[in-house]
Parts: sequence; C-alpha cells; structure tokens
Amino acid sequence: MSLTRLLTGALPLLFAAAMVPTAQVAADAPFITLASTTSTEQSGLFRHLIPHFTERTGIEVRVVAVGTGQAFTIGRRGDADVLLVHHREGEEALVANGFGTERRDVMHNDFILIGPRSDPADVSTAATIAEALTRIFEAQAPFASRGDDSGTHRKELELWKETGLSPGGRWYRELGSGMGSTLNTAAAMGAYVLADRGTWLSFRNRQDLEALFEGDPLLFNPYGSIPLNPDRFPWVKADLAWQWHEWITSTEGQELIGNHAIEGSTLFFPSMEW
Amino acid sequence: MSLIATGDPTLFSIVQLSLQVSLTAVLLASLFALPLGALIALFRFPGRGVVITLLNALMGLPPVVAGLIVYLSLSRAGPLGQFGLLFTPTAMVIAQTLLVLPIVAALTRQAIENLWEEYQEQLRSLGSGRIRAIPTLLWDARITLTTVVLAGFGRASAEVGAVLIVGGNIEGVTRVMTTAIALETSKGDLPLALALGLILLALVAVINGTAYLLGEITSRNMQ
Repeated sequence: MSLTRLLTGALPLLFAAAMVPTAQVAADAPFITLASTTSTEQSGLFRHLIPHFTERTGIEVRVVAVGTGQAFTIGRRGDADVLLVHHREGEEALVANGFGTERRDVMHNDFILIGPRSDPADVSTAATIAEALTRIFEAQAPFASRGDDSGTHRKELELWKETGLSPGGRWYRELGSGMGSTLNTAAAMGAYVLADRGTWLSFRNRQDLEALFEGDPLLFNPYGSIPLNPDRFPWVKADLAWQWHEWITSTEGQELIGNHAIEGSTLFFPSMEW
Repeated sequence: MSLIATGDPTLFSIVQLSLQVSLTAVLLASLFALPLGALIALFRFPGRGVVITLLNALMGLPPVVAGLIVYLSLSRAGPLGQFGLLFTPTAMVIAQTLLVLPIVAALTRQAIENLWEEYQEQLRSLGSGRIRAIPTLLWDARITLTTVVLAGFGRASAEVGAVLIVGGNIEGVTRVMTTAIALETSKGDLPLALALGLILLALVAVINGTAYLLGEITSRNMQ
C-alpha cells in the first residue's frame, strides 16, 4: 500500500471517526433542559445532585448555565423546561406574567465582598455592607462590577442603592462578564468585587484576593425553582420538569444540597428543614 | 493534568464532539461554497460587485453575531422553533456553517477567477462551456482550495462565541473544546484551561499536517 493511498484514506477515516454518534443512548433517554446560573454550575452542585435524580427517575438533566438575566430571557422564550435562578423579584415577575407555573425556595447562600488582602478602603471593619461600599466609593478604590444583568449584578446595584451613592468613574469598572471571569480580572487588578460564596469557594485563581466583608442580612442570596408554564409553551416537558421541581425541594434533594461542600465549607443551605 | 495523561473519557468525548461539529460544518459549507465561489468567478451578472463585497465582508462576521442570529432563528419563539434544535450539536453545526461558508466562497471566487483568466482561452478552444469548466477549474485549484478549506476549518475549530450561545455548553451534550476552555478559565483553573488549549492546537496541527502531506504527494504524482 502506497503512502498516498494511506493518506487519502486517512482524511475520510478522520471524518468517520468524528461522525460516530457519541450520545446515541443518552439522546433517546428522556431529558429536561434546566436553565441556571453560572454560580451553581461552577460550584459543582449539579454534578453532585443530578446523578441521584437521574438514578431515581431515569430523567437526564441538561444544564445551560448563563447569567440570571439571560436565564429569564430563555424562560420568556420557552427555550428550557425549568429554571433555577437567584433574583426573587425577577422570579416572581416571571410567574406573575404566566411564563412560569410557580416559584419554590430551593436553597440560599450569601454574597461576600472580596478584595485585595491589603484592604485599602478598610471594608473589613465596616458595620454594614452599605458602609463598606461607601468606604470603597470614598477611597475611589478599584471595584469590579459584573455589569451583565446577572443575579449578582442586580444584587450589587440594589446594594449601591442602599448607600444612596451612584458609583462611576475610573475606579468603578463594569466588566460585562461572568462571576469567574470577573474574579480573574479583579485578582489581576487588585479590585474589590461582590461575589456569591459558592463561586468564591470553588474559585482557584485567587492570587491576592480575600473575603473581607460578610454577614449583613442584605447579602442573603436565595435561589428559586420555576417550571415553565405548559399553557403558555405547549412544547415544554411539563411532567418531567415537575418531577425535578418536586425532587429538588424534597427531603432527598434538600439533604444532598446541604451536604455539598468544598474543602469542608458548605456552599448552599437548603431552604427547607427536614 | 492527570486527566489528560490518562486519556479521560470525558475529555475524549469533548474532543470528538469538537471535531464532529467543526468538520461537519466545514464539509457542509464547502459543499455549497466551492461551486458558489466558482459560479461567481465565471459569470457576469448585475449586482456581482455587491455580492463579492458582501461575501468578503462576511468573512469578518463575528461568531457571537452568527450565534445570536442562529439562536433567534432556532429559539422556540423564532421562525424555526418547532424543530426544537436549540442547545443541540445540530444548532452548533448550523452556526459554524454560517461562519465558514463566506470564507470558503470568497476565497474560492478569487482563486478560480485568477485561474480562469489564465486558462480561459485554452478551455474555450477545447469547446467546454463555463459550467463545464467548473469541475476542471476546481480540480486544478485543488491545492489552493485545500488551504481555503483549512482556513474555514481554522475558523470553525477556534470560535467560541457562536457555539456557546446556540449550544449552551451542556456537559456531555454540547460542550466542545473552546467552550470547555472558556469554562475552566472562568473557574480560575488556568492550568487546565491552558492544557485544553494545547490539545486543541495539537489536533488542528495534525489535521493541517495531513492536508499538507496530501497536497505534497498529489503534486509530486502529477509531475
């Protein structure tokens, strides 16, 4: 066999190898599409939960992890079956406008204020989150804002509203990126940043960053589950989505959420006592 | 890193899906774009200049824009919503085909036009019409066109903006090399992200190397 023939055979072979269906079996299994946030996906929560759910029900869960704002858009267009997001007001509006059937509390954690270890604005001794942000404002210390209409970004804007200040200027940097990318950038420029605890705990590239302020009740971060409304979107897999909705708020789902930890730290606290 | 050294099955399926999506997109795009480019090269028609300019401009179509267009078309609320293709590998193939098609068509047009200027008298004297000349010209330009198709493949395998939007980066379903790299970067796992990037580069290099060798051998056989 000549080298030419060997090589002419190589390209089609490469194509053939690439065409071998990978997920043939999985594609036939029932599945639902869950639109959720980058914070839950990146914390490894779904990898911890979904296998248990799939084992119990035979339903595969496909997670599309985006910002909460984009997840709401997916919900309003009917492009998923169920949402798991964190912006109470937006969630309630989604249900009130008939896009979702109902909203249930699933879990919560909290937001924390991250910043360079040297803490130039001295936020770690502040009494409230409003005071901490005011100090950053007065010191004009670099602050990295998500700027992407995510749940965390919406929260940050609400907190600035509490201070009565409107941040702007060279020190306030709107990045328009996800939580992880924003943390990467904040680490590189020594900026303060508001982050959810889950992403922070699972984030690897901390460099000089540290959690500097936490514990204010305003920093509460609740997550809700909303199945999309089949009356509005007839193609939605309402029955399968409902099983997920029920399961994640059941004792089994809630216990699993509670025991998901990274290096001994709990990432999310289940909403229900059992 | 151990995940790469041990030939992790998850990594294997991500690599496989990347190749599957990008190669299919390049194949589909070339199927249309090679004849299309040749047709535009050989025929004069009103608005030809506009078509050529448009094709050339579309070579610079930002992947995220292509992704958004395909997203809005395939979304349940969009014109093709009833097929339920959003967040599937098929949607990713469509988006990348859209990105690759103008590159292959525009560059083919240029290559064939140059060749036609050189050979048109010969081909005419042989009595073959323009349409009949197309396969001959495409075959004669095959070495240049291989590079053209590889440029298209480079575009497809490198882009992240379109597949992220229309595929959703679903683990085990629509996660490919570039979206996995973006994900690991945002998790702050920069070494893993870089390692995945190197694997992607190596794969692209292997495919380009194979094509180069093929070109070398066929041109040697011609002599």
